[in-house]
Amino acid sequence: MLEIKNLHVAVDGKEILKGVNLHVRPGEVHAIMGPNGSGKSTLANVLAGRDGYVVTKGEINYLGRDLTTLEPEERAREGVFLAFQYPVEIPGVNNIYLLKAALNAIRKHRGQPELDAVEFLALVRDRMGLVKMPEDFMSRSVNEGFSGGEKKRNEIFQLAVLEPRLAILDETDSGLDIDALRVVADGVNSLRNPERSLVLVTHYQRLLDYIIPDQVHVLSDGRILKSGGKELALELEARGYDWVRAAAA
Amino acid sequence: MSQPNREIEQLVQREYEHGFVTDIESDTVPPGLNEDTIRFISAKKAEPDWLLAWRLEAFRTWQKMRAPNWAHVHHHPIDYQDISYYSAPRSPKDGPQSLEEVDPKLLETYAKLGIPLHEQKLLAGVAVDAVFDSVSVATTFKGKLAEAGVIFCSFSEAVQNHPELVRQYLGSVVPMGDNFYAALNSAVFTDGSFCYIPKHTRCPMELSTYFRINAAKTGQFERTLIVAEEGSHVSYLEGCTAPMRDENQLHAAVVELVALDNATIKYSTVQNWYPGDENGVGGIYNFVTKRGDCRGANSRISWTQVETGSAITWKYPSCILRGENSVGEFYSVAVANNYQQADTGTKMIHIGRNTRSTIVSKGISAGHGQNAYRGLVRIAKSAANARNHTQCDSLLLGDRCGAHTFPYMETKNSSAIVEHEATTSRIGDDQLFYCRQRGIAAEDAVNMIVNGFCKEVFRELPMEFAVEAQKLLGVTLEGAVG
Ligand SMILES: Nc1ncnc2c1ncn2[C@@H]1O[C@H](COP(=O)(O)OP(=O)(O)OP(=O)(O)O)[C@@H](O)[C@H]1O
Ligand SMILES: [Mg+2]
Repeated sequence: MLEIKNLHVAVDGKEILKGVNLHVRPGEVHAIMGPNGSGKSTLANVLAGRDGYVVTKGEINYLGRDLTTLEPEERAREGVFLAFQYPVEIPGVNNIYLLKAALNAIRKHRGQPELDAVEFLALVRDRMGLVKMPEDFMSRSVNEGFSGGEKKRNEIFQLAVLEPRLAILDETDSGLDIDALRVVADGVNSLRNPERSLVLVTHYQRLLDYIIPDQVHVLSDGRILKSGGKELALELEARGYDWVRAAAA
Repeated sequence: MSQPNREIEQLVQREYEHGFVTDIESDTVPPGLNEDTIRFISAKKAEPDWLLAWRLEAFRTWQKMRAPNWAHVHHHPIDYQDISYYSAPRSPKDGPQSLEEVDPKLLETYAKLGIPLHEQKLLAGVAVDAVFDSVSVATTFKGKLAEAGVIFCSFSEAVQNHPELVRQYLGSVVPMGDNFYAALNSAVFTDGSFCYIPKHTRCPMELSTYFRINAAKTGQFERTLIVAEEGSHVSYLEGCTAPMRDENQLHAAVVELVALDNATIKYSTVQNWYPGDENGVGGIYNFVTKRGDCRGANSRISWTQVETGSAITWKYPSCILRGENSVGEFYSVAVANNYQQADTGTKMIHIGRNTRSTIVSKGISAGHGQNAYRGLVRIAKSAANARNHTQCDSLLLGDRCGAHTFPYMETKNSSAIVEHEATTSRIGDDQLFYCRQRGIAAEDAVNMIVNGFCKEVFRELPMEFAVEAQKLLGVTLEGAVG
């Protein structure tokens, strides 16, 4: 699915990622943890193709092709989805309108017919239930006036509608209350399938109680210092990151 | 300049779709302006003496005036002696009696502009008084309107057939000496539209005029007069496109609206003059005086405009709220792209008690475009309990354009409430990236955001115009509208 080799990424001339290796197979869930500023969001952004994130070395292979040659919207249509750490507000643009444009762009790319209003609404209703999204959010502007937690929930709702192959969740759990975390995690779990892979960026082991990862990686100062099974997250929770750094030094 | 900005700018580079020139023999006077020019125009149109006298008085007033230089626009001085003030398309007969007699080239032109008259006649239920250069050549739906008692005709016809109405209302809203361009128009106007809605009549259809500048170097001086009698209602649509030209063309129209007791006039404009190429060469200079007079109690005048064209736009549709409880509204979207300069806004003059006004202005700037909003809200001493709400939003695409807001308020009655809100936002790289990450092409994303920004204004437009407006905005700013 996704194979990252010796990835170096610079932002504004400053090297942030310094040789990341990561291999995600279809159906797998990988958790990426690490201290603030270690480069987790940078990795997520470079996968999504954000401007200004320059790959200086290494490669990103996605479904057999070089991901770095694709524009952001092409990546999205090929099935790469990023749930943003800080979803942006777009005043005046209807939430549901954006989603319909997105879904139809993706369907068109796949050679599928566009959904008409009725089919689209049926799909939306179904997926809204999945993340218990209140109906009135649909008619509101994209993320405008949403609370922090509501924005995160909206990201997962979009994920549920767009059904990507590779979803990167950048701290989707931060800002969610305990009940919302459970709802969102249940939603994500129900979207898991052998063809869909997940990369979860998180600071908290709690999320991983709900969404059980196949692997946990520790990213520190632009490098993956340690990888392990789900028990690694528990250990990090108990001991912090210093021991990982010390061991790697 | 950062990558995303360059991207936005590429999106906004689209060639003007309506740039073509129809080749029609014009009966054009040589360039130049003096009293003889005015006598020529008046004679050509077989006008009554009082009108010639009125024109000459306006001309003498104009000669003593200077072009305003306070607007936030810059242009080369206009040589008024280098403009031809009259041009009429030649027809085999004295004038076409029906569409079939209209010069086929004209009809072709309209078709290219997407105004198929024949089809419109059948389908749209819209009466069209089409102004080509300076003489109206086709007027439809006269019958149905006549049945309702509505007069909708070219200004020249009105002068011939309804001189008493023209004489009563001409210049009663925009006096001949109101400003430099209005005075010029009063002296040399060649044609335009006239509309009269009798008492307690709801005009049975939207009235629509398409303007188009054609002959090179012919200044366009249109005159529109709409009178809504007591308890009447009318919705009027004005749309323009112009062919590509290398010289700047002057357009100085005057629009006068009169609403008597309980009357409503809704005036909508989608304006698409040729804005000049990406270097700012060519394009229309658009200096327009539009004013509505809410003369009667409970009357209402509503201006809605979408301005996407012109090299220079200088335009302030205004309302004089004279009648008690009268209402004035101004909804505007103005786009300034490339080297376009838009200086628009409104004036709401509250005179009567309990008068209310609403101003919603949306300015979009892209490329090197400069957009200025200039608004005046004046509450006279007599205007007890007057209310105004002004909302003025600017959207910037790229980092070389500008938005300027000049709100003026004068309140002479302490019971009035005047509110002003202003915002400026830039289409952020992060908004664009968010949309693209969801699979939406950048240009569709820009469109979506721009349309979202303009929503409050678009919803004031009649349905078919709203669609047209979105399309125009799409053409002006990027590709297709999402
Ligand atoms: N434009 C920039 N110029 C210089 N440094 C930058 C720039 N953008 C990001 N960085 C730096 O890159 C580093 C990695 O940032 P990133 O957002 O990837 O961290 P993170 O691991 O997601 O942190 P957090 O856990 O706080 O979300 C940070 O030190 C940040 O300050
Ligand atoms: Mg982060």
